[in-house]
Amino acid sequence: MNNLLVLPLLIPAFTAVILIFLKERVDLQRMISAVSVFLNIMVAGIIVYQVSTKGIQTLNMGGWLPPYGIVFVADMFAALLVLIGAIVGAACLFFSFASIGEERERFYYYPFFHFLLTGVFGSFLTGDLFNLFVCFEVLLVASYALIVLGGTKGQLRETLKYVLVNVISSSLFVATLAYLYAATGTLNMAHLSVRVAEAGQGGVINVVAVLLLIVFSIKAGLLLFFWLPDSYSAPPVAVRALFGALLTKVGLYAITRTFTLIFIQEPGLTHSLIAWMAGATMILGAIGALAYNDLGRIFNYNIIISVGFIAFGISVATQDSLNGVVFYLMHDMVAKALLFFLGGMIISASGTDRLKEMGGLIRRYPWTGWMFFVLTLALVGVPPLSGFAGKVMMVRSGFGQNHVALALIALASSFIVLYSLIKVFQQVFWGGEKREEQVKPLHYKAMMAPAAVLFAIVILMGVGAETVNGYVSQAGAVLADPALYINAVMKE
Amino acid sequence: MELVVALAIGVLFSVGVYLVLSKSLLRILLGTNLITHGVHLLLLTMSGLKTGAPPLLGEKAEAYADPLPQALILTSIVISFGVTAFFIVLAYRTYRSTGTDDVEGTKEERQ
Repeated sequence: MNNLLVLPLLIPAFTAVILIFLKERVDLQRMISAVSVFLNIMVAGIIVYQVSTKGIQTLNMGGWLPPYGIVFVADMFAALLVLIGAIVGAACLFFSFASIGEERERFYYYPFFHFLLTGVFGSFLTGDLFNLFVCFEVLLVASYALIVLGGTKGQLRETLKYVLVNVISSSLFVATLAYLYAATGTLNMAHLSVRVAEAGQGGVINVVAVLLLIVFSIKAGLLLFFWLPDSYSAPPVAVRALFGALLTKVGLYAITRTFTLIFIQEPGLTHSLIAWMAGATMILGAIGALAYNDLGRIFNYNIIISVGFIAFGISVATQDSLNGVVFYLMHDMVAKALLFFLGGMIISASGTDRLKEMGGLIRRYPWTGWMFFVLTLALVGVPPLSGFAGKVMMVRSGFGQNHVALALIALASSFIVLYSLIKVFQQVFWGGEKREEQVKPLHYKAMMAPAAVLFAIVILMGVGAETVNGYVSQAGAVLADPALYINAVMKE
Repeated sequence: MELVVALAIGVLFSVGVYLVLSKSLLRILLGTNLITHGVHLLLLTMSGLKTGAPPLLGEKAEAYADPLPQALILTSIVISFGVTAFFIVLAYRTYRSTGTDDVEGTKEERQ
């Protein structure tokens, strides 16, 4: 029992409720938000420390012993994601201060922001499948509001699609849970793992597994990403960064959790399905990243490529590749947020999001330019930076486990990422400026600060990969051996 | 009894899907509503339908209904209530800003 585990959920939830009452006091809202996100980082840091010294931490809500009550579980994987999520969330918050505008701030931007964080952290920490659904809904409702806030025609249209897709997938989620409960009589993840292993993964359970995979794939943008590029283009940059960094990763987290803990008896069916989907996602994402000429779309398709890449690691499912998944997931959350920050600066500096109309920004904004260049290298996986270690581990075990074709696709997708982002770099920063009127971003320094912090993390995670790997391999060990997780939850 | 409810769920799902596939926003909205109703019925049916036993487990209870599905349905209904309310407002705002409830009509200004 460790009561600390509920704090990452409670802090943003309470903050959000308080902020609702401070509608007109924007300065106060900002102050409370800032304090809240720093508290969250601290709590998440303490949880990571406790898990690393004392093993998996659990919290039985209301004192109901599992499998009867709702249980919160922090293994290293969840704890690390909460920590990185808290840091990225804080960065997005400070970027919002500089870029979101007072209109939105007055209309409950910060409460929605904190509700989104509530849902994200809840999804990471919960050990109960139905509770996962509830946390998903919390973050989804907050994300509906964040996408539509502002109410332009484009936003309304994209939100309609986004809401519809998610309402359908949520219905499917609940229906799947109904079948799962009928088949196994439990919804606690650790208990499910035991029951599925006892009963064998027969017909019904396989159907449930595939249905869950579909549900989570819609959330993660794994193959079923048709909604993602449009929806993620609608809101302002700070929101896009938050979505790109956190929302798809929650889906990936759910896939990783369920397919390393519960549905592990029939990897020939489920994991090869994930492998096919991962390959197709990387290829289609690559086509998209090459096809478009506006910044938003290119970045969105880059999100999709990395989703495919991480899913490839999940499908290989050795300890080495799962270490890689954890490492790369952490890297990708930070790097994608940074990518959108820099993209936001570029767009507001040049006043357009079409590549063809940009150019020569390196003279006015050298720091943004070089940060973008280094970030590109990090996303591709060039050694001293954060993307390298995760990619090496996944691709190495891909070749080791006879997933040669998939590993080759993964490597090729890295080159596509390199090509598409270097193309952006060339067009945006080289040459002369092509537009007459100069639009200077209002708060360049305030935008730079959170970006610089994330940039430092990208470099530190790469240079200090050995230290990070100590934590990551602890996470990978639990993913590779479900018994550790089960024993920690079901202990009397 | 389960068979009848199962059929009802099937009907709700198919009508819901049919409505979601139409072009009018209002029909889509009603379609999602029907689908969630179907899901809730499914949740209720999944542990078997019993009559005459409350979901309370006393010391000497001879029969009792499984309380968990009822708790799940309650949660799910509350969530779908909230989402539906949001969806209706969203559809209304879209109708006000585009002047039509045809989803094709919202597409016009795409590059």
